[in-house]
Amino acid sequence: MIEMALNIKSLPKKKYVMPGHAACPGCPETIGFRHLGMALGDKAVTVIPAGCSAVIQGLWPKQGWGLPALNIVFAAGAATASGLARALERRGVDAHVVVWAGDGGTADIGLQSLSGAAERGENIIYVCVDNEAYMNTGIQRSSLTPHGAWTTTTHRGNPGTKKPIPQIVAAHRVPYVATASIGYPWDFIAKLRKAAKIRGFKYIHLHAPCPVGWRFDAGLTGKIAKLAVETGAWILYEYENGKLKLNPPSNRLLDPSKRKPIEEYIKLQGRFRNISPESLEVLKRDIDRNWEEIRTALRAQGDL
Amino acid sequence: MSSSTTERKLVVDRRGHFLPLSPSEVGSAGKTGSWRTERPVLSPEKCTSCYLCWLYCPDDVITMEPRGPEGNEIPVIDYEYCKGCGICVDVCPVNALSMISEEEPIEIQR
Repeated sequence: MIEMALNIKSLPKKKYVMPGHAACPGCPETIGFRHLGMALGDKAVTVIPAGCSAVIQGLWPKQGWGLPALNIVFAAGAATASGLARALERRGVDAHVVVWAGDGGTADIGLQSLSGAAERGENIIYVCVDNEAYMNTGIQRSSLTPHGAWTTTTHRGNPGTKKPIPQIVAAHRVPYVATASIGYPWDFIAKLRKAAKIRGFKYIHLHAPCPVGWRFDAGLTGKIAKLAVETGAWILYEYENGKLKLNPPSNRLLDPSKRKPIEEYIKLQGRFRNISPESLEVLKRDIDRNWEEIRTALRAQGDL
Repeated sequence: MSSSTTERKLVVDRRGHFLPLSPSEVGSAGKTGSWRTERPVLSPEKCTSCYLCWLYCPDDVITMEPRGPEGNEIPVIDYEYCKGCGICVDVCPVNALSMISEEEPIEIQR
Protein backbone atom coordinates (compact mmCIF):
# COMPACT_ATOMS: atom_id res chain seq x y z
CA MET A 1 0.00 0.00 0.00
CA ILE A 2 1.24 3.48 -0.92
CA GLU A 3 0.19 4.76 2.51
CA MET A 4 2.80 2.57 4.15
CA ALA A 5 5.53 3.35 1.65
CA LEU A 6 5.42 7.08 2.27
CA ASN A 7 6.65 8.38 5.61
CA ILE A 8 4.87 11.65 6.39
CA LYS A 9 7.69 12.82 8.65
CA SER A 10 10.24 12.53 5.86
CA LEU A 11 8.37 14.97 3.61
CA PRO A 12 10.03 18.37 3.03
CA LYS A 13 9.18 20.94 5.69
CA LYS A 14 9.64 23.91 3.39
CA LYS A 15 6.66 26.21 2.97
CA TYR A 16 5.33 25.72 -0.55
CA VAL A 17 2.29 27.84 0.27
CA MET A 18 2.97 31.12 2.00
CA PRO A 19 0.88 31.79 5.12
CA GLY A 20 -1.40 34.76 4.61
CA HIS A 21 -2.42 33.96 1.01
CA ALA A 22 -5.85 34.94 -0.29
CA ALA A 23 -7.61 31.54 -0.28
CA CYS A 24 -10.86 31.05 1.63
CA PRO A 25 -10.53 29.20 4.96
CA GLY A 26 -10.43 25.44 4.37
CA CYS A 27 -9.37 25.74 0.72
CA PRO A 28 -8.52 22.37 -0.90
CA GLU A 29 -6.34 23.92 -3.65
CA THR A 30 -3.75 25.16 -1.19
CA ILE A 31 -3.66 21.75 0.48
CA GLY A 32 -3.07 20.17 -2.90
CA PHE A 33 -0.45 22.75 -3.85
CA ARG A 34 1.48 22.03 -0.66
CA HIS A 35 1.48 18.34 -1.58
CA LEU A 36 2.71 19.26 -5.06
CA GLY A 37 5.64 21.08 -3.50
CA MET A 38 6.32 18.22 -1.11
CA ALA A 39 6.31 15.74 -3.99
CA LEU A 40 8.45 17.57 -6.53
CA GLY A 41 10.39 20.05 -4.39
CA ASP A 42 12.04 23.11 -5.86
CA LYS A 43 12.26 21.54 -9.33
CA ALA A 44 8.59 22.28 -9.93
CA VAL A 45 7.66 25.27 -12.08
CA THR A 46 3.94 25.93 -12.21
CA VAL A 47 1.79 27.42 -14.94
CA ILE A 48 -1.46 28.77 -13.53
CA PRO A 49 -4.32 29.71 -15.88
CA ALA A 50 -7.20 31.82 -14.59
CA GLY A 51 -9.08 30.27 -11.71
CA CYS A 52 -9.04 30.14 -7.93
CA SER A 53 -5.33 29.34 -7.90
CA ALA A 54 -4.53 32.61 -9.67
CA VAL A 55 -6.57 34.55 -7.11
CA ILE A 56 -5.07 32.75 -4.12
CA GLN A 57 -1.67 34.23 -4.98
CA GLY A 58 -2.91 37.51 -3.55
CA LEU A 59 -2.06 41.02 -4.60
CA TRP A 60 1.05 42.45 -6.16
CA PRO A 61 3.85 42.98 -5.02
CA LYS A 62 3.71 39.61 -3.26
CA GLN A 63 2.54 36.18 -4.28
CA GLY A 64 1.32 33.40 -2.04
CA TRP A 65 2.71 30.27 -3.74
CA GLY A 66 6.10 29.02 -2.65
CA LEU A 67 6.97 27.83 -6.18
CA PRO A 68 7.59 29.79 -9.38
CA ALA A 69 4.20 30.46 -10.96
CA LEU A 70 3.48 31.78 -14.44
CA ASN A 71 0.00 33.27 -14.76
CA ILE A 72 -1.65 32.90 -18.13
CA VAL A 73 -5.08 33.19 -19.74
CA PHE A 74 -7.73 30.54 -19.25
CA ALA A 75 -7.38 28.76 -22.58
CA ALA A 76 -3.59 28.54 -22.72
CA GLY A 77 -2.47 26.55 -19.67
CA ALA A 78 -1.08 23.50 -21.48
CA ALA A 79 0.14 25.54 -24.50
CA THR A 80 2.19 27.85 -22.29
CA ALA A 81 3.59 24.94 -20.33
CA SER A 82 4.61 23.26 -23.62
CA GLY A 83 6.72 26.26 -24.59
CA LEU A 84 8.12 26.69 -21.11
CA ALA A 85 9.12 23.02 -20.85
CA ARG A 86 10.87 23.13 -24.25
CA ALA A 87 12.67 26.39 -23.40
CA LEU A 88 13.86 25.10 -20.04
CA GLU A 89 15.05 21.87 -21.61
CA ARG A 90 16.99 23.72 -24.30
CA ARG A 91 18.63 25.86 -21.63
CA GLY A 92 19.55 22.73 -19.70
CA VAL A 93 17.43 23.56 -16.67
CA ASP A 94 16.33 20.46 -14.72
CA ALA A 95 12.70 21.31 -13.94
CA HIS A 96 9.24 19.77 -13.90
CA VAL A 97 6.72 22.05 -15.59
CA VAL A 98 3.35 21.60 -13.93
CA VAL A 99 0.06 23.08 -15.13
CA TRP A 100 -2.09 23.77 -12.10
CA ALA A 101 -5.52 24.43 -13.60
CA GLY A 102 -9.06 24.32 -12.28
CA ASP A 103 -11.89 22.28 -13.73
CA GLY A 104 -13.01 25.19 -15.94
CA GLY A 105 -9.47 25.71 -17.20
CA THR A 106 -9.23 21.99 -17.98
CA ALA A 107 -12.58 20.62 -19.07
CA ASP A 108 -14.21 23.68 -20.65
CA ILE A 109 -12.01 26.58 -21.69
CA GLY A 110 -8.61 24.89 -21.63
CA LEU A 111 -9.61 21.60 -23.26
CA GLN A 112 -8.22 22.45 -26.71
CA SER A 113 -4.74 23.33 -25.43
CA LEU A 114 -4.81 20.30 -23.10
CA SER A 115 -5.70 18.04 -26.01
CA GLY A 116 -3.06 19.65 -28.22
CA ALA A 117 -0.28 19.25 -25.67
CA ALA A 118 -1.34 15.65 -24.97
CA GLU A 119 -1.37 14.80 -28.67
CA ARG A 120 2.09 16.37 -29.20
CA GLY A 121 3.40 14.47 -26.17
CA GLU A 122 4.84 17.51 -24.42
CA ASN A 123 6.98 16.72 -21.39
CA ILE A 124 4.72 18.32 -18.75
CA ILE A 125 2.59 17.30 -15.79
CA TYR A 126 -0.97 18.59 -16.02
CA VAL A 127 -2.85 18.73 -12.72
CA CYS A 128 -6.57 19.49 -12.87
CA VAL A 129 -7.78 20.70 -9.47
CA ASP A 130 -11.42 19.73 -9.74
CA ASN A 131 -13.68 21.66 -7.37
CA GLU A 132 -16.63 20.93 -9.66
CA ALA A 133 -17.65 24.52 -10.61
CA TYR A 134 -16.28 27.98 -11.39
CA MET A 135 -15.68 28.90 -7.76
CA ASN A 136 -13.67 32.11 -7.98
CA THR A 137 -16.23 33.89 -10.17
CA GLY A 138 -19.16 32.87 -7.99
CA ILE A 139 -19.97 29.15 -8.24
CA GLN A 140 -21.17 28.80 -11.83
CA ARG A 141 -21.69 25.34 -13.28
CA SER A 142 -18.83 23.77 -15.22
CA SER A 143 -18.83 20.60 -17.27
CA LEU A 144 -17.35 18.79 -14.25
CA THR A 145 -20.25 19.65 -11.92
CA PRO A 146 -22.00 16.42 -10.87
CA HIS A 147 -25.65 15.78 -11.63
CA GLY A 148 -28.16 17.42 -9.29
CA ALA A 149 -25.71 19.83 -7.66
CA TRP A 150 -26.84 23.40 -6.99
CA THR A 151 -24.77 26.20 -8.46
CA THR A 152 -25.65 29.86 -9.08
CA THR A 153 -26.46 28.97 -12.70
CA THR A 154 -28.32 25.72 -11.91
CA HIS A 155 -30.74 26.65 -9.12
CA ARG A 156 -32.75 23.47 -9.53
CA GLY A 157 -29.75 21.19 -9.73
CA ASN A 158 -27.29 20.55 -12.55
CA PRO A 159 -29.09 18.75 -15.40
CA GLY A 160 -25.84 17.49 -16.93
CA THR A 161 -23.33 14.93 -15.73
CA LYS A 162 -19.60 15.00 -15.07
CA LYS A 163 -17.46 14.91 -18.21
CA PRO A 164 -15.05 11.93 -18.12
CA ILE A 165 -11.90 14.01 -18.55
CA PRO A 166 -9.37 11.38 -17.31
CA GLN A 167 -10.72 8.96 -19.95
CA ILE A 168 -10.66 11.69 -22.62
CA VAL A 169 -6.98 12.38 -21.85
CA ALA A 170 -6.21 8.65 -21.64
CA ALA A 171 -7.72 8.26 -25.12
CA HIS A 172 -4.83 10.46 -26.39
CA ARG A 173 -2.61 7.47 -25.50
CA VAL A 174 -0.40 9.46 -23.15
CA PRO A 175 1.96 7.51 -20.86
CA TYR A 176 0.35 8.42 -17.55
CA VAL A 177 -3.15 9.45 -16.43
CA ALA A 178 -4.26 9.26 -12.81
CA THR A 179 -6.94 10.47 -10.44
CA ALA A 180 -6.16 11.63 -6.92
CA SER A 181 -7.93 13.23 -3.98
CA ILE A 182 -7.13 15.89 -1.37
CA GLY A 183 -8.20 13.33 1.25
CA TYR A 184 -5.38 10.92 0.27
CA PRO A 185 -2.18 13.03 0.18
CA TRP A 186 0.19 10.04 0.20
CA ASP A 187 -1.54 8.71 -2.92
CA PHE A 188 -1.34 12.11 -4.67
CA ILE A 189 2.32 12.61 -3.71
CA ALA A 190 3.27 9.11 -4.89
CA LYS A 191 1.47 9.71 -8.21
CA LEU A 192 3.21 13.05 -8.72
CA ARG A 193 6.59 11.46 -8.05
CA LYS A 194 5.77 8.63 -10.45
CA ALA A 195 4.68 11.16 -13.11
CA ALA A 196 7.89 13.15 -12.65
CA LYS A 197 9.93 10.08 -13.61
CA ILE A 198 8.00 9.49 -16.85
CA ARG A 199 8.86 11.39 -20.03
CA GLY A 200 5.90 12.69 -22.00
CA PHE A 201 2.51 14.07 -21.16
CA LYS A 202 1.26 13.22 -17.66
CA TYR A 203 -2.22 14.04 -16.39
CA ILE A 204 -3.46 13.93 -12.76
CA HIS A 205 -7.05 14.78 -11.90
CA LEU A 206 -7.24 15.96 -8.28
CA HIS A 207 -10.62 15.93 -6.56
CA ALA A 208 -10.87 19.05 -4.35
CA PRO A 209 -14.02 19.63 -2.27
CA CYS A 210 -14.64 23.39 -1.96
CA PRO A 211 -16.28 24.53 1.31
CA VAL A 212 -17.65 27.74 -0.20
CA GLY A 213 -19.07 26.34 -3.41
CA TRP A 214 -20.26 22.99 -2.07
CA ARG A 215 -21.75 24.67 0.99
CA PHE A 216 -20.15 22.76 3.85
CA ASP A 217 -18.24 23.72 6.98
CA ALA A 218 -14.65 24.80 6.23
CA GLY A 219 -13.25 22.22 8.64
CA LEU A 220 -14.71 19.28 6.71
CA THR A 221 -12.65 19.56 3.49
CA GLY A 222 -10.53 16.49 4.28
CA LYS A 223 -13.46 14.47 5.57
CA ILE A 224 -15.64 15.13 2.50
CA ALA A 225 -12.76 14.32 0.16
CA LYS A 226 -12.34 10.97 1.92
CA LEU A 227 -16.10 10.31 1.91
CA ALA A 228 -16.20 10.92 -1.85
CA VAL A 229 -13.74 8.05 -2.30
CA GLU A 230 -15.26 5.79 0.36
CA THR A 231 -18.76 6.12 -1.14
CA GLY A 232 -17.44 5.48 -4.64
CA ALA A 233 -18.45 8.93 -5.94
CA TRP A 234 -14.79 9.56 -6.77
CA ILE A 235 -12.56 6.70 -7.89
CA LEU A 236 -8.78 6.55 -7.47
CA TYR A 237 -7.11 4.87 -10.45
CA GLU A 238 -4.25 5.28 -12.85
CA TYR A 239 -3.57 4.46 -16.49
CA GLU A 240 0.07 3.57 -16.98
CA ASN A 241 0.78 3.20 -20.70
CA GLY A 242 -2.91 2.55 -21.20
CA LYS A 243 -3.15 -0.15 -18.53
CA LEU A 244 -5.77 0.62 -15.91
CA LYS A 245 -5.15 -0.04 -12.23
CA LEU A 246 -7.33 0.81 -9.23
CA ASN A 247 -5.51 2.34 -6.27
CA PRO A 248 -6.27 1.95 -2.58
CA PRO A 249 -8.81 2.40 -1.15
CA SER A 250 -10.83 2.29 -4.39
CA ASN A 251 -9.43 -1.15 -5.29
CA ARG A 252 -11.47 -2.61 -2.41
CA LEU A 253 -14.66 -0.85 -3.51
CA LEU A 254 -15.31 -2.62 -6.83
CA ASP A 255 -18.05 -4.54 -5.02
CA PRO A 256 -20.88 -1.99 -4.38
CA SER A 257 -21.68 -3.51 -0.97
CA LYS A 258 -18.25 -2.45 0.31
CA ARG A 259 -18.99 1.21 -0.42
CA LYS A 260 -20.55 3.58 2.10
CA PRO A 261 -24.02 4.81 1.06
CA ILE A 262 -23.79 7.89 -1.19
CA GLU A 263 -26.18 9.73 1.16
CA GLU A 264 -23.38 9.98 3.75
CA TYR A 265 -21.38 12.01 1.24
CA ILE A 266 -24.12 14.28 -0.08
CA LYS A 267 -25.94 15.02 3.17
CA LEU A 268 -22.98 17.08 4.40
CA GLN A 269 -23.12 19.35 1.35
CA GLY A 270 -25.54 22.26 1.01
CA ARG A 271 -25.37 22.03 -2.79
CA PHE A 272 -27.31 18.74 -2.66
CA ARG A 273 -29.79 19.92 0.00
CA ASN A 274 -32.71 20.23 -2.39
CA ILE A 275 -31.85 17.31 -4.64
CA SER A 276 -34.99 15.51 -5.83
CA PRO A 277 -35.27 11.72 -5.44
CA GLU A 278 -35.20 11.40 -9.26
CA SER A 279 -31.98 13.44 -9.51
CA LEU A 280 -30.44 11.37 -6.74
CA GLU A 281 -31.22 8.24 -8.75
CA VAL A 282 -29.53 9.77 -11.82
CA LEU A 283 -26.49 10.70 -9.70
CA LYS A 284 -26.28 7.12 -8.38
CA ARG A 285 -26.65 5.77 -11.91
CA ASP A 286 -23.78 8.02 -13.07
CA ILE A 287 -21.53 6.67 -10.33
CA ASP A 288 -22.52 3.09 -11.11
CA ARG A 289 -21.78 3.71 -14.78
CA ASN A 290 -18.28 4.98 -13.92
CA TRP A 291 -17.63 1.81 -11.93
CA GLU A 292 -19.10 -0.33 -14.70
CA GLU A 293 -16.69 1.24 -17.20
CA ILE A 294 -13.77 0.51 -14.88
CA ARG A 295 -14.94 -3.06 -14.45
CA THR A 296 -15.25 -3.49 -18.23
CA ALA A 297 -11.76 -2.08 -18.80
CA LEU A 298 -10.24 -4.30 -16.09
CA ARG A 299 -11.99 -7.34 -17.55
CA ALA A 300 -10.81 -6.46 -21.05
CA GLN A 301 -7.17 -6.41 -19.95
CA GLY A 302 -7.62 -9.65 -18.02
CA ASP A 303 -7.32 -8.28 -14.48
CA LEU A 304 -10.76 -9.36 -13.34
CA MET B 1 11.23 37.30 4.89
CA SER B 2 9.57 40.64 5.57
CA SER B 3 5.85 40.84 6.27
CA SER B 4 5.75 44.60 5.87
CA THR B 5 2.87 45.65 3.63
CA THR B 6 3.68 49.34 3.24
CA GLU B 7 7.06 48.92 1.58
CA ARG B 8 6.76 47.99 -2.12
CA LYS B 9 9.57 45.99 -3.59
CA LEU B 10 9.77 46.22 -7.36
CA VAL B 11 11.50 43.58 -9.43
CA VAL B 12 13.63 45.22 -12.14
CA ASP B 13 15.89 43.82 -14.84
CA ARG B 14 19.55 44.79 -15.45
CA ARG B 15 18.59 47.96 -17.30
CA GLY B 16 16.24 49.06 -14.54
CA HIS B 17 13.01 48.14 -16.35
CA PHE B 18 10.12 47.06 -14.19
CA LEU B 19 9.19 43.38 -14.55
CA PRO B 20 5.69 42.13 -13.76
CA LEU B 21 6.93 39.73 -11.10
CA SER B 22 5.99 39.17 -7.48
CA PRO B 23 8.32 37.29 -5.15
CA SER B 24 6.86 34.57 -2.89
CA GLU B 25 6.23 36.23 0.43
CA VAL B 26 4.27 35.66 3.59
CA GLY B 27 1.08 37.70 3.87
CA SER B 28 0.10 38.39 0.24
CA ALA B 29 -3.46 38.95 1.48
CA GLY B 30 -2.48 40.68 4.73
CA LYS B 31 -2.69 39.36 8.26
CA THR B 32 -5.25 36.67 7.56
CA GLY B 33 -5.49 35.71 11.24
CA SER B 34 -8.03 38.54 11.56
CA TRP B 35 -10.48 36.49 9.40
CA ARG B 36 -10.81 33.97 12.21
CA THR B 37 -13.90 33.57 14.40
CA GLU B 38 -12.69 30.42 16.14
CA ARG B 39 -9.16 29.26 16.79
CA PRO B 40 -7.63 25.79 17.07
CA VAL B 41 -5.98 25.15 20.43
CA LEU B 42 -3.77 22.15 21.24
CA SER B 43 -3.79 19.99 24.36
CA PRO B 44 -0.08 19.05 24.20
CA GLU B 45 -0.41 16.01 26.51
CA LYS B 46 -2.79 14.29 24.04
CA CYS B 47 -0.65 14.89 20.92
CA THR B 48 0.98 11.80 19.39
CA SER B 49 3.16 13.73 16.88
CA CYS B 50 1.45 12.09 13.90
CA TYR B 51 1.91 15.15 11.65
CA LEU B 52 -1.57 14.87 10.12
CA CYS B 53 -2.56 18.43 11.09
CA TRP B 54 0.62 19.68 9.48
CA LEU B 55 -0.03 17.60 6.35
CA TYR B 56 -3.55 18.95 5.82
CA CYS B 57 -3.16 22.60 6.92
CA PRO B 58 -4.27 24.69 3.90
CA ASP B 59 -2.48 27.81 5.11
CA ASP B 60 0.82 26.19 6.07
CA VAL B 61 0.67 27.89 9.47
CA ILE B 62 1.56 24.74 11.45
CA THR B 63 5.19 23.93 12.23
CA MET B 64 6.16 20.82 14.17
CA GLU B 65 8.50 21.72 17.00
CA PRO B 66 9.96 19.58 19.84
CA ARG B 67 8.03 21.42 22.54
CA GLY B 68 5.79 18.61 23.86
CA PRO B 69 5.69 17.47 27.49
CA GLU B 70 8.27 14.72 26.75
CA GLY B 71 10.21 16.71 24.20
CA ASN B 72 8.08 15.20 21.43
CA GLU B 73 7.13 17.19 18.37
CA ILE B 74 3.86 19.10 18.63
CA PRO B 75 2.15 21.46 16.20
CA VAL B 76 2.81 25.14 16.84
CA ILE B 77 0.22 27.33 15.13
CA ASP B 78 0.99 30.78 13.74
CA TYR B 79 -2.12 32.68 14.89
CA GLU B 80 -1.10 35.75 12.93
CA TYR B 81 -2.07 33.95 9.70
CA CYS B 82 -4.27 30.98 10.79
CA LYS B 83 -7.72 31.48 9.22
CA GLY B 84 -9.41 29.15 11.71
CA CYS B 85 -10.87 26.73 9.14
CA GLY B 86 -10.70 23.81 11.60
CA ILE B 87 -9.29 21.17 9.22
CA CYS B 88 -6.54 20.35 11.76
CA VAL B 89 -9.21 19.70 14.40
CA ASP B 90 -11.15 17.46 12.00
CA VAL B 91 -8.16 15.34 10.92
CA CYS B 92 -6.63 14.93 14.41
CA PRO B 93 -7.07 11.23 15.25
CA VAL B 94 -6.78 11.70 19.02
CA ASN B 95 -8.79 14.93 19.46
CA ALA B 96 -5.78 16.83 20.76
CA LEU B 97 -6.93 19.97 18.95
CA SER B 98 -10.17 21.79 19.65
CA MET B 99 -11.81 24.95 18.36
CA ILE B 100 -12.55 27.72 20.82
CA SER B 101 -14.31 31.00 20.16
CA GLU B 102 -12.22 34.08 19.55
CA GLU B 103 -14.31 35.77 22.26
CA GLU B 104 -12.41 33.71 24.85
CA PRO B 105 -9.23 35.36 26.14
CA ILE B 106 -6.05 34.16 24.40
CA GLU B 107 -3.96 31.65 26.33
CA ILE B 108 -0.30 31.88 25.46
CA GLN B 109 1.06 28.56 24.13
CA ARG B 110 4.15 27.34 25.93
